[in-house]
Amino acid sequence: MTQNNSILSAIEPELADTIGTSRRDMFSKYAKAAGIMTSAPLVLALASNQAFGATLPKVIEDTLNFALTLEYLEAAFYKQGNASGVIPSQYKSVFRTIGQHEDAHVKLLKGVLGSAAVKAPGVDFTAGGTYADVWENFDTFLTLSQTFEDLGVAAYKGQAGNLMGSKEVLTVALQIHSVEARHASEVRRIGLKFGWDGAFDKPMSKSAVLAAATPFLA
Amino acid sequence: MNVTSSLSRRHLLKWSGAAGTIAVAGSLLPNFGISAALGAELGDGDIGVLNYAYALEQLEAAFYTQVLRTPFGNMQVNDQRILTQIRDHEIAHRDFLKGALGRNAIPGLEVDFSAVDFSSRASVLGTADVFENLGVVAYNGAGQLITNPDYLVAAGSIVSIEARHAAAIADLLKPFSAEAAGRGNVDHQGLDKALLPSKVLKAAAPFIVTPVTAATLP
Repeated sequence: MTQNNSILSAIEPELADTIGTSRRDMFSKYAKAAGIMTSAPLVLALASNQAFGATLPKVIEDTLNFALTLEYLEAAFYKQGNASGVIPSQYKSVFRTIGQHEDAHVKLLKGVLGSAAVKAPGVDFTAGGTYADVWENFDTFLTLSQTFEDLGVAAYKGQAGNLMGSKEVLTVALQIHSVEARHASEVRRIGLKFGWDGAFDKPMSKSAVLAAATPFLA
Repeated sequence: MNVTSSLSRRHLLKWSGAAGTIAVAGSLLPNFGISAALGAELGDGDIGVLNYAYALEQLEAAFYTQVLRTPFGNMQVNDQRILTQIRDHEIAHRDFLKGALGRNAIPGLEVDFSAVDFSSRASVLGTADVFENLGVVAYNGAGQLITNPDYLVAAGSIVSIEARHAAAIADLLKPFSAEAAGRGNVDHQGLDKALLPSKVLKAAAPFIVTPVTAATLP
């Protein structure tokens, strides 16, 4: 099994069942070939692997690579942050948890994209010196954390329409999107703010997201 | 409350053509002849999905309205401020969806919160935790059923607020915890769950008196 198989195993069995109906005849075949009889999601995942292979529609591939770039950025941020000592002890489990989720998102998206996955970008969380104390000043760290989480929420939302060609991929993207929103809320809370800004979250276009993220890409 | 929700809606209309499109499309779509006396059949396609969301938002709005009308003993300012904002958001979501659906909207649902002890902080927050997380998995699972991209973005603008609420409630239950960043709801792949309407409606059924049917939703 390659890394691709994670896409459908991520989905609830009943849901995978519905959206994977067209692949039903395929999966018994591949399950046998792989010599396993296991849970429906995993078997579906094998079928999914065959369905996507290296032939993800271009718009989905581009969108997932865009998402992967943001996830790389977030994962690197928390990796450095969690190791830096900037985080007060009472908040460590929050940021450790967030970091684990971002790592998992990177792994998942890389798996879906396979050989089409973009490489991790170079990063500079001081943004050329603007946030020079990011690893010493918790307020600065918190500002960037909130920026990245809110940006992630808006970015996934803005891209959902581009993923409508694949119910499986769209669903996984939505499952990431809400996790980013949980993060954003808790990070804001630590900053003594409400976890939101109004009753409706706004989407952001790809270009607007990239403009916001670019200062942190080296 | 009315002021808040109409402000929110105006805000939404300003940022996205999507909301305007929904309002217009909703009023042009045929009425399925639903009568309040017969209960609530959600309907087909995108209308069915929007009615499904409307049903859940009705439930949440009614719950938080009751929470603030009969506050549990010794409600701290922090609890009160957060619960009030969440109530206002749910009312804004409910009213937005009702407006978008126009004549296709299901009737107002009769709710039953007899299982909730509104005098108990633990009971209220525990129920809030259930409702917010149910909202997240419901929207995550319903995204793939939506065919109009504008509706998808609108649903996305609501689901991330539900996820932000879920984190805020988790934080009230256990401040600055891993749970407040998603642990317990987010799996090892960093994903929230996604559930189909049939599952979600079953979970919500004990709280809804009006019979809600979804003949054509999975």
